[in-house]
Amino acid sequence: MSIKNISNFSFRLSSILQAPGIDRYRQRILFVMLAVSGVFMILLGRLFYLQIIQGENLRRQSEINSIRLQYIAPTRGLIFDRNGQLLVDDRPSFDLAVVRKDAKPLERTIENLSRYIGEPAETLMEKISERKGGSPYQPILLRKDIGRDLVAVVETHKYDLPGINVQVKPIRNYIDGKLAAHLIGYLSEISAKELGKEKYSTNRAGDFIGKVGVEKVYESFLRGERGGRQVEVNALGRVVRVLNSVPPKPGDNIYLTIDEALQEKAEELLAEKLLEGKAGAIAAMDPQTGEILVMASSPAFDPNIFVSGLSDEQYTSLITNPQKPFRNKVIQDTYPPASVYKIVTAIAGLEEGIVDAETEFNCTGSLFFGDRSFRCWRWKRGGHGNLNVVQALAQSCDVYFYKVGIELGVDRIAWYATACGLGEQTGIDLDNESSGLIPTSAWKKRRFNEVWQQGETLSIAIGQGYNLVSPLQALSLTAAVANDGDRYKPQIIHTIKSAEGEVLYRSEPVHLGRLPVSQKNLDLIKTGLREVVAGAHGTAHDYAYLPEIEISGKTGSAQVVGRKKSDEEETASENKDDEITRKDHAWFVAYAPSDQPRIAVAVFVSHGEHGSSGAAPIAKEIIRVYLEQGEDG
Amino acid sequence: MFDRRLAQHFDWILFGLSLVVAGIGLVALYSAVTAGTQTGDKALFNKQLMWYGIGLSVMVVSFFVDYKYLDKFAPAIYVGTVVLLVLVRFFGVVGGGARSWLFLGPFNIQPSEIAKLTVIIILARYYSRVPTANGYTLRELIKPILMTVAPFALISLQPDLGTAILLGLIAVAMTVFAGIERRTFLALGISCALIVPIVWSFFLRDYQKQRVLTLLNPDRDPLGAGYNIIQSKIAIGSGMLLGKGFLKGTQNALSFLPEQHTDFIFSVLAEEWGLLGSAAVLAVFFFLIICGLRIAYGCRDIFGMMIAVGVTAMLFWQVIINVGMVMGLMPVVGVPLPFVSYGGSSIVMMMLGLGLLINIRMRRFMFE
Repeated sequence: MSIKNISNFSFRLSSILQAPGIDRYRQRILFVMLAVSGVFMILLGRLFYLQIIQGENLRRQSEINSIRLQYIAPTRGLIFDRNGQLLVDDRPSFDLAVVRKDAKPLERTIENLSRYIGEPAETLMEKISERKGGSPYQPILLRKDIGRDLVAVVETHKYDLPGINVQVKPIRNYIDGKLAAHLIGYLSEISAKELGKEKYSTNRAGDFIGKVGVEKVYESFLRGERGGRQVEVNALGRVVRVLNSVPPKPGDNIYLTIDEALQEKAEELLAEKLLEGKAGAIAAMDPQTGEILVMASSPAFDPNIFVSGLSDEQYTSLITNPQKPFRNKVIQDTYPPASVYKIVTAIAGLEEGIVDAETEFNCTGSLFFGDRSFRCWRWKRGGHGNLNVVQALAQSCDVYFYKVGIELGVDRIAWYATACGLGEQTGIDLDNESSGLIPTSAWKKRRFNEVWQQGETLSIAIGQGYNLVSPLQALSLTAAVANDGDRYKPQIIHTIKSAEGEVLYRSEPVHLGRLPVSQKNLDLIKTGLREVVAGAHGTAHDYAYLPEIEISGKTGSAQVVGRKKSDEEETASENKDDEITRKDHAWFVAYAPSDQPRIAVAVFVSHGEHGSSGAAPIAKEIIRVYLEQGEDG
Repeated sequence: MFDRRLAQHFDWILFGLSLVVAGIGLVALYSAVTAGTQTGDKALFNKQLMWYGIGLSVMVVSFFVDYKYLDKFAPAIYVGTVVLLVLVRFFGVVGGGARSWLFLGPFNIQPSEIAKLTVIIILARYYSRVPTANGYTLRELIKPILMTVAPFALISLQPDLGTAILLGLIAVAMTVFAGIERRTFLALGISCALIVPIVWSFFLRDYQKQRVLTLLNPDRDPLGAGYNIIQSKIAIGSGMLLGKGFLKGTQNALSFLPEQHTDFIFSVLAEEWGLLGSAAVLAVFFFLIICGLRIAYGCRDIFGMMIAVGVTAMLFWQVIINVGMVMGLMPVVGVPLPFVSYGGSSIVMMMLGLGLLINIRMRRFMFE
């Protein structure tokens, strides 16, 4: 655009046809140009102010870069039991760090430090060179949790140690170590993958986050909010002035539904079994609310080991342990429910009209079906003779339930089992809950492309075969029976309170539905379960009977031999272990007091042999402790 | 169709200025992504170079299509943009905390950037077709308001507050320019003055209020925006008159500046080139804007004039908000500096906008 052109500009404009009213707009444009010039003058003025008037001052600030940002970690929320007993808190950890920019000369400083704390200078230098790419103002962690004695040493020699800082950070403290470790979970350093997730958008590398259990699921309540401060530091990197700060906001406190004393008792009982080489799980619930009173899985682990960082050896031994200490056997592992399942078969048989209160079957010790004979567990002593449904439950007669099962067929049994909440997740607020398996003929077709065999229905009817349930599902079924058919969602959180004590959440019972059974038929089942303990011939009479508390229950012994080939890690074990691993798994589910149940319990002891001797005494003990303790309070 | 006169009236000044500002952008970006690292993130630089290439091609292509076709296709463009914005809600990729990216083969595009030009075109069409003598009345403004609100709401939901605010400001600038009837203007002003406190006290939640307050006053967030602004001011001020020199900015190199290659690139520039350099950059932007307004002035149809005003407003607001923000004069909202900040969609749309301006200039003596 030449000058000549511009001078012709106005001349041409007026001479050419144009849209009506356009002159009005042109005037506005001139005005807009003026306004734009004004705004740019303001920007220019600000540049002048910052770069010329404030220039020297800001240049100096940029050279010493004395203004730093320091983050202050929040204290994580505490975890209590239902009675306010403290289970998890935080303690201070003194971490040693170096800011490279301030540590001059670096080599000498590190050598000095190495002398004071007794760690080779090479290993310290290695840690520094690992992080060489980052900003020299970023503190580099040298050693975690050094303890008060070393803090004193470092502080006294601080003039020999420029750029060396002791940072105080709250870390997690699991007061009772292994207590309820699977339920509570543990913290560990955030992984690169997790850092990319939206859930952890406020986290930074090096943060500790909940990895499993309540610590993970309730992370957003527990973690609190990071605080921080802008500080001015001197040439040694020490804070001389705090310019501005934001206090951290502590996390919320969680009150679990578990009862610490009862949980401890349960873990003691499991520990005794562990001495015999047997793993196990115990879960207990208030049947009227669904609140979980006990959730114990054995063997357990100590979550404190993750706080200080565990050695490779520790990790390998935990991870290769065939009894899988990290698995929460209450919710993650599933097993054949064995005779506990007869509750379901009985409900189905009664509801479908295949049997009623009077129907009796004769048990001769075995039942011949198809081309083979199916035994009752009492086959050596010639069977149970004539039994009705109550007696069949009390004495856990296999033949009675074989006969009911044949009439029902696998799919009808499966419908009742599913309606009872088996074979699907209970919806408890924990990660990795297994759903288990309730087989149907369609399932087998899908899974193996094979037709369902009638003979398999017999195994299913007594809870063996493909059936798999978790101890929590077994507990949930038991609680529903105890509660006259009403099923409640298992809950682990009692209350969540802010650090100031304000109640943020209080759990309410969540009604899931009713067992598919009439009150009349359920009463028959309950009578049967009462007779399991109370009856002279009841399978648990010798092991779970308490004169002062009436307990109802059901034993179960899950066959292991048939499934052994699939468990590869077990075939590799030694001979003595082999003997144990061939034994049946022991189940006992129970509730008490029978007429007005306040607690339901499920006990599972892997390779515990008989539900009666292996599991029932444990359940009895849990019930006794809980109900006696209740009388005190 | 193609006329020799078109070439004669080609606006070399505007074209030249946009190349200058692009060149400045590349230099600043090179410094922002390489300084302070041994290896340097040359990949970002090369990608930006590629985007300039694409932007330039789009710009050149846009010269040849008469802008009056935009009038015809405006409704289709508008609908297409809204569809893209809806798609992004469901299939978009999250980047920088907002779901604003759409995968298109090898490129990600940001429909919110396209929306800025789309709103300019659709409003230009409306204001050029509905004549007014004494400014628009409320009834006449309902349509343009609705046309702006739809993309505005979709972008706010992403949530990309910076782009949404920008879109609103462009629409307001165009509408005020088109003229608002005096009583309507008063009525709108008064109702805004009434609605804001009501929304504030009854509809906003505490954390939302906190966010707005932090936006207006970064010192309320000393660990986030507040700290960024302090460091940005130190960076700019420490440049002094002549700057620390290319690749010598310490604030930049030591990573004291946040997002130094996107929103805070002006700080890098001011630190390294001083008052002379940064004032020169501001001057280039100023001349670009004046050029845009001159094109609006010379245009003889209202549609073309409105587009020129809209594109110029887009340029103006982005420069003012970005530069104002890094100097601590404006709220901290993520708005890129046109042509300079890293980001493909922004560059291509800006180039296309300037292409439109040149297009309008070329055809100022053409008649239907």
